Amino acid sequence: MMAVQAKKNPMPTQPPEVRAHNFEEVATGYTREIALAEAQRCLNCKHAPCISGCPVNINIPGFIGKMKDGDFAGAVQIILQSSSLPAVCGRVCPQETQCEAKCTMGIKFEPVAIGRLERYAADWYLSQPAQTISTDPSNGRKVAIVGSGPSGLTCAGDLARLGYSVTVYEALHRAGGVLVYGIPEFRLPKSIVAQGIETLRRQGVNFETNVIIGKTLTVDELFEKGFDAVYIASGAGLPMFTGIPGESLNGVYSANEFLTRANLMQAYRENPVTPIMKGGKVAVIGGGNVAMDAARTALRLGAKQVNIVYRRSMEELPARREEVEHATEEGIIFNLLTAPIEILGFNDETDARNPKNGFVTGMRCQRMELGEPDAGGRRRPIPIPDSSFVLEADTVILAIGTTPNPLIKNTTEGLEVNKRGGIIVNDAGLTSRENVYAGGDAVTGTATVITAMGAGKRAAKAIDAQLRTQ
Amino acid sequence: MYKILSKKPLNSTVIQMEIEAPLVAAKAKPGQFIILRVDEEGERIPLTIAGTNVKTGAVKIIFQLVGATTKKLGAKQAGESIEDFAGPLGVATKTEGIRKVCIIGGGVGCAIAMPIAEEFHRLGAQVTSIIGFRNQDLVILEEEFRACSDRLTVMTDDGSYARHGNVTVPLKEMLEAGEQFDEIIAIGPLIMMKFVTLTAKPFGTPVTVSMNPIMIDGTGMCGGCRLTLTRDGERVTKFACVDGPDFNGYEVDFDEAMRRGRMYSDFEREAHERACRLLSEKEGVE
Repeated sequence: MMAVQAKKNPMPTQPPEVRAHNFEEVATGYTREIALAEAQRCLNCKHAPCISGCPVNINIPGFIGKMKDGDFAGAVQIILQSSSLPAVCGRVCPQETQCEAKCTMGIKFEPVAIGRLERYAADWYLSQPAQTISTDPSNGRKVAIVGSGPSGLTCAGDLARLGYSVTVYEALHRAGGVLVYGIPEFRLPKSIVAQGIETLRRQGVNFETNVIIGKTLTVDELFEKGFDAVYIASGAGLPMFTGIPGESLNGVYSANEFLTRANLMQAYRENPVTPIMKGGKVAVIGGGNVAMDAARTALRLGAKQVNIVYRRSMEELPARREEVEHATEEGIIFNLLTAPIEILGFNDETDARNPKNGFVTGMRCQRMELGEPDAGGRRRPIPIPDSSFVLEADTVILAIGTTPNPLIKNTTEGLEVNKRGGIIVNDAGLTSRENVYAGGDAVTGTATVITAMGAGKRAAKAIDAQLRTQ
Repeated sequence: MYKILSKKPLNSTVIQMEIEAPLVAAKAKPGQFIILRVDEEGERIPLTIAGTNVKTGAVKIIFQLVGATTKKLGAKQAGESIEDFAGPLGVATKTEGIRKVCIIGGGVGCAIAMPIAEEFHRLGAQVTSIIGFRNQDLVILEEEFRACSDRLTVMTDDGSYARHGNVTVPLKEMLEAGEQFDEIIAIGPLIMMKFVTLTAKPFGTPVTVSMNPIMIDGTGMCGGCRLTLTRDGERVTKFACVDGPDFNGYEVDFDEAMRRGRMYSDFEREAHERACRLLSEKEGVE
């Protein structure tokens, strides 16, 4: 028997000093040799705990087994039975808290790099000539999907394979939702998303962009148009603001706006048509993955210095470790146990017409320490008296979460929402309205791509079960 | 792609177009807006809907050639198409309970004010309209306003046409003469809407203003269009795309909105110059 390789094969990456100045993908992906070697680390344990850690329950030992034999086509076929977007998941899933957290290898050693293997198999598949995808014969039933983010795309794929006629409505001009407006190119290339959508098109999924459900068409009108069921996956809505003074100064962005300008509107290009503040000193408030994305995007746009400002310590910081490591390597500065109290702006008292008036100059912050745990079990940050200081900045980005979008709730009678505005659903994803299902951030508030995909999958199953009885 | 059904210049810098967008036409109400992109590489810009024709599926937009994108749009001809056109967005102008209304339009803002005046006229309200322009050459939609107003006053800043002065002059006269309006609806430059609000304040007449901040998605996602209101003594953040574009004039922080509107002025100037160069080069080749 071969000696056990204790550690994961590392992911090849662009060197930090190079990638900090370009929008190319940071992680360049396993080579065939590395993929084969990593696949060998899988013990193929009978009880396969990893599968239960995957929100869409991919047969992980099954696909890795095929990879061991170099049968990448076979591996992909197994993954595709459970996931419509493996090239996306292989890149952005937090495997360390999901499948890999359950891996038997992880008890004594490092777990198998399941995500990296998934990405390798998916990328291999995308590099092959496009193949026809078998779907069940049409069953004549129509399902409308609201939103083309990860949840909507997953639901669309599953239903199309079952023979449903599926139309996905997207409010923006391009399909992909958060995968195209939110997650930056260097973490998830837009071409990968586009190929995923193209694959769905080949399975017969129809995409209608520029249609805002709740405005252009209502949910009730979708039923009038002959749809048998509707899945609402409209995602997260308006960004939250902190309420500290100065949030309306010029140079203050929500992460949603900053990332949308940079990603969807491609403000990173030379002579962009959509503007963005570049260069200078940037402060990002928040410690989640979105904060990391915003900070690293700002750096690539040419910022001289990027500061993350987070009020708890590194231990509580919610972003994926890998993103934090990458950000640190690239030179992002982490100001932990630090809370913003005021954003400061330029104000020329002698000249009200000075064009610099109202632009951000810095942020007053204070140091924090951790006190007793709060209701959620996290230690509450408490200000340290007389510890305030000014952090210089000309751009401030707020990455502190979002609230559900109100458009559908406001125009769909009988659709119940909770007090935060999230759509209320049962375990199957069914809302308070007959044949209307919902999932993803529209239900949960800001969560992960794979959680949203899991919800899309559950809803597809429930819709199929329901429509079969009708 | 969305076809341009018709194109008509209203003056030297303002163009009216009808775009084929039947779903939008079927839903649009006065006060709502659309977001468009001219081409595959274009930026998203919001424009308020200036009218619809449900039969032909046409949505009328009226825009001023002010920046790179409006220049590009203005260079398109009837029969050509634009890349994206989405809507209707925002909340329609409130009309319930308003029997006597004063509609005030400034410059290209008249394009938005006009369908609102028409709507009130259709609903049987008494409509007083005041429309103002910088000079005679920039006057638009005068006949349309006349047709739907019980009373119309046209103003020019330089006195080159109709009455000399800005729109607050006749408004103040009417209010001082004891005229009672259920609502004043002001649509135009921020500075005009600010001063209409200040003019009405001593009389306590409700004022609605239509805000047009910088926007990206327009659907309640990015938060770029936020503005600050003072409501019951509290400063609250609202979003023009989903909460507006209409707001209570007394609550709006106009100075902040004006400052935010200038956030990209350097960039816009450069982009505009670039677009002009490109367009003139293109014309030179053809």
